[in-house]
Amino acid sequence: MSTPLLQVFNLSVHYPLRSGLLQRPSGVVKALDDVSLKIEKGSTLGLVGESGSGKTTLGRVIVRLVDPTHGSVSYQGEPITSLRGSELRPYRKKIQMVFQDPYNSLNPRLRIGTILAEPLEIHFPKMSVPDRSERVAELLKLVGLDPSFARRFPHEFSGGQRQRIGIARALAVEPEFIICDEPVSALDVSVQAQIVNLLMDLQEKLDLTYLFIAHDLAVVEHVSDQIAVLEHGKLVEEGPSELITTQPSHPYTQRLLASIPSLA
Amino acid sequence: MAADLLRSLLRRPAGLISACLLLFLYSAALFAPFLSPTIPSAQNLQRTYHPPTSLIWKNGRLCVQRYQLVDPSTASYQPLTGQFTSLSWFAPGTPYKLFGLIPANRHLFSVPSSDPIYLLGSDATGRDVFTRLLYGAGISLTIGLIGVALTSFLGLTIGGLAGYLGGWPDSLAMRLTEFLMAVPGLYLLLALRAALSSRFPSDATFLLIVVILSALGWAGTARVVRGLVLSLRERPFILAANILGQRPWTILFRHLLPNTFSYLIVAATLSVPGYILGEAALSFLGLGIQEPASSWGLMLGQAQDIKIFMLNFWWLLTPGVAIILTVIAFNLLGDALRDAVDPRFRLPGK
Repeated sequence: MSTPLLQVFNLSVHYPLRSGLLQRPSGVVKALDDVSLKIEKGSTLGLVGESGSGKTTLGRVIVRLVDPTHGSVSYQGEPITSLRGSELRPYRKKIQMVFQDPYNSLNPRLRIGTILAEPLEIHFPKMSVPDRSERVAELLKLVGLDPSFARRFPHEFSGGQRQRIGIARALAVEPEFIICDEPVSALDVSVQAQIVNLLMDLQEKLDLTYLFIAHDLAVVEHVSDQIAVLEHGKLVEEGPSELITTQPSHPYTQRLLASIPSLA
Repeated sequence: MAADLLRSLLRRPAGLISACLLLFLYSAALFAPFLSPTIPSAQNLQRTYHPPTSLIWKNGRLCVQRYQLVDPSTASYQPLTGQFTSLSWFAPGTPYKLFGLIPANRHLFSVPSSDPIYLLGSDATGRDVFTRLLYGAGISLTIGLIGVALTSFLGLTIGGLAGYLGGWPDSLAMRLTEFLMAVPGLYLLLALRAALSSRFPSDATFLLIVVILSALGWAGTARVVRGLVLSLRERPFILAANILGQRPWTILFRHLLPNTFSYLIVAATLSVPGYILGEAALSFLGLGIQEPASSWGLMLGQAQDIKIFMLNFWWLLTPGVAIILTVIAFNLLGDALRDAVDPRFRLPGK
């Protein structure tokens, strides 16, 4: 059996709590507690759990925004949690992230063209300026937007359009693995479906691997091959998505499933 | 980018009006020696508290009404009917140095020295208020720019770095700002003025005081910029730049600091009047510009004589009008710039 694309080994992230005048440590918050996961190339792992369960922290450890207290993450069998600076660069190109809040994920002072050209400047420094703007137009088309939007500013777009721009930015570096951190929870239901479908189409077209973080089991069920459930930083259940959604074994998963609103 | 910003600024009525007014004031200050009929220290003790002279169009030439002193004790003058002196244009007069460099002696307009022209009257020693106003503009208007440029630069770099780096550089910078904010500014000024006055001429001392004031004044700006950077640092677009592998300096200069500009530009333009008024206050108290140099605050300070109010020598209060105009223009410009600099307020079209 081949090595999974991404593996998480016994990952813990603890934040010390301090109190009193002298700021003495008085305990720890366990944002993540001994979590192990693996994601196969080309598949989607859905990560669910309520607010504060550590889903976002896990995503941030993988993109190296947060350092783990214990454990490690390896990508294609290589540990990446201890890499620094230039050693990390190749992984910056392979692992990308799409954010929850489309209104804050684009710099309001830059035009869309500049926002999309930034990853190209970093990872394809040899690309000429006309090539770069051609690639920006290509990226906009890829996410279903008009190439002329490159001249506009973020505030001129709707939430769904901004989310598409955010996806285009993540795709600019030709990544293999994308962490979608609640990419649809800030959007209208009708727009949610469009974005989810776009992500699935892109996965097929570009052979992408996803870590799809959401608190909404209904959406996760639709996109994922595997589902992992987090509760208070602990992994409580993991398995193929049909199994988790039809026969949940852990009471927390059962409660999450029961909380999905239905029209019936 | 800069041309874009300028166009967007000038398309707003408030921006256009204030920019034109400031341009007018600054060029008047720059060309003061040429625009004024005489020099600010030229006295005429026979013509104290002279009212503004009236101009008359006669025989195809612009002429100046001649006056006669009727009562020296109340400084009342009477126009001499039918007696005029014609204005001469570009005539040689008192030599001066344009921009402090180019020697010249031409004045835009003047009259033979026996009949002075007082567009805005004369003061207690018969000096031309109009000339002094123009010369004083130079000091009053540049003081604000120097002070603001220094505070904004220091506040932006120190506040931006403190917020972005966090940790001990942040603590160090913040303790420093707290210390600076605790220094009582007015007493420091009084002390500095007393300590330095013997060593430097008045305008050099004043410049030094402004530099010292802004070296103390950046603390407020730095704290606000730091707060802005702290809140921006956690915004997803900054995280996205980190995940893309962007270099920290590029993140600071491309993503963080430009997002503090709309605050900074407004704060800077709004604090220019603060410096102008500060200069006025200091000169008024006799701590700023000293005679024979002139500044708006000094002129207002000298207009505090009860005689001036009793005898209604209103023209001696024109520096106050100039200060009001400048302050309003800077405030309007600050507002218009804030809108122009923020893409969200961009006007439709183009």
